[in-house]
Amino acid sequence: MSINRRDFLKLSGAGIAIGAFPGLAFASSEIVKKKGQRVVIVGGGFGGATAAKYIRTWSNNKIEVVLVERNAKFISCPMSNTVLGGTRTIDDLTQSYDTLKKKYGIKLIHGEVTAIDTEKQAVMLANGHLKYDRLIVAPGVDFMFDQIEGLTADVTNESIPHAWKAGAQTVMLRKQLESMPDGGVFALSIPKAPYRCPPGPYERACQVASYLKNSKPKSKVLILDANPDITSKKGLFMAAWKDLYPGMIEYRANAAVSKVDVAGKIAKTEFEDVKADVLNIIPPMKAGVVASMAGVVSADKRWCEVDFLSYESKVHKNVHVIGDAVAAALPKSGHMATSQAKVCAAAIIELMQGKVPDQAPTIVNTCYSMVSDREAMHVANVFRFNAEKQAMVSAEGGGVSAARSEIEGTLAGYWLKNIMDDVLM
Amino acid sequence: MIKHLVVAVGLLLPMVGAHAEVNKHARSLAASCAACHGTNGKSQGGMPVLAGLDKALFVTQMKDFKSGARPATVMHQHAKGYTDEEFELMGSYFASLKR
Ligand code: HEC
Repeated sequence: MSINRRDFLKLSGAGIAIGAFPGLAFASSEIVKKKGQRVVIVGGGFGGATAAKYIRTWSNNKIEVVLVERNAKFISCPMSNTVLGGTRTIDDLTQSYDTLKKKYGIKLIHGEVTAIDTEKQAVMLANGHLKYDRLIVAPGVDFMFDQIEGLTADVTNESIPHAWKAGAQTVMLRKQLESMPDGGVFALSIPKAPYRCPPGPYERACQVASYLKNSKPKSKVLILDANPDITSKKGLFMAAWKDLYPGMIEYRANAAVSKVDVAGKIAKTEFEDVKADVLNIIPPMKAGVVASMAGVVSADKRWCEVDFLSYESKVHKNVHVIGDAVAAALPKSGHMATSQAKVCAAAIIELMQGKVPDQAPTIVNTCYSMVSDREAMHVANVFRFNAEKQAMVSAEGGGVSAARSEIEGTLAGYWLKNIMDDVLM
Repeated sequence: MIKHLVVAVGLLLPMVGAHAEVNKHARSLAASCAACHGTNGKSQGGMPVLAGLDKALFVTQMKDFKSGARPATVMHQHAKGYTDEEFELMGSYFASLKR
């Protein structure tokens, strides 16, 4: 039986698990022979790479870890808006996976997963398969292009970048800003929550305005927000827009973009057609496609429900999900993905020894937003497991900065240095 | 007398010995701080190093962040989310790590 990826996606979308196709996993050769206890991790972003490093460290290298990642290098999405503002380059956010391999003995496979067989506990790639005892799915987000008529993955790669995964599209968007005429319009479309990085779009508006203020001061930033209001750090962002970029940023609530005229660079909402010189549409998001392959997408057909003591999927045993793909009242951020990854890593080590994981996981999240070339503000929260609700709930005392400041701008840079190091070094 | 002595030594040196069992809950609590303070509290720059910090000093700092006695950009918000017991646990853990 042959199943191509598209058919597979259709089937899994209709709720048929891949386990329904016997023999799939063993039609190919084993890429790395499994000997002892093994965890396979799909996705080497903040969550996946952290889980890999901490499983190795905390198990005293007893558990084998195979990390599958499609990109050659790690690029941080946090702080990538500063590439648009011009204070960082994409190279500043890029790091190799070499240390994970050399220092921690993680087996890194660069490749695309094509299917997952949760019955036979195997992950399929183009050149063979990998067996696992436990699987961690850390796919981040993928985009729901079908929600915006005219927008496709190709369009975003060629002319209307979303730049919501740091990399080539971030660089493209910066170049488009550089060639925009003074007096031009930069239009930014924000999807309905939940999406990756709640304060990110508003930070982006600041970074773009920061560049335009210095280079093209007659230009405008127009925000089309599908949400009824600014979803994060509202007071702080409104103050930054007013104080730092007076008259430059225009905000429209309840302005979901439903259609795009690619050639004309026109975004259509229920109320108006917006013509832009640079158009930046951040599409609605769902769990990365690998989660569908594993059949673990359960909430709203978009996100993955998990047990918060171990991040094990509520759908399939021995499959764990961490990071942006998780369905939870937790922010989809880089720091959060690393925090979840560590709880998951510790739990997997216990479970593999037949022991019970920590029953009171408590984790912290912080997101800094750069609102100019120097100033930043943060949101910080502690979250603890609530046994009654079987959920992670916000603890006392979290909140945002009293005001934006240069001190926090500096601290944000140190945060980036330390978190990248924690994930990869 | 001898019995008392043994008890006292045991109290003084709870973490000594090559095979001292780590408190995994404490380790897990502390791991979430690494985004700023570095893996195992070994900051790579800019943020304070927590590895090897004296336990009593750690606990005092956290309580002062919580009460507002020590002004902070962010730590007051983190500190308010933890209990005093958790400060003790994290304090012991960070104190046990090499700088
Ligand atoms: C977002 C970054 C960030 C995170 C996450 C973070 N800290 Fe901090 N920490 C700081 C900063 C910045 C300071 C300096 C005080 C301030 O401005 O808040 C600090 C100071 C401290 C100090 C005082 C150290 C000294 O020598 O003066 C302690 C203790 C501390 N943090 C403990 C923790 C613990 C425990 C956690 C995890 C629960 C944690 N921190 C998580 C940023 C962070």
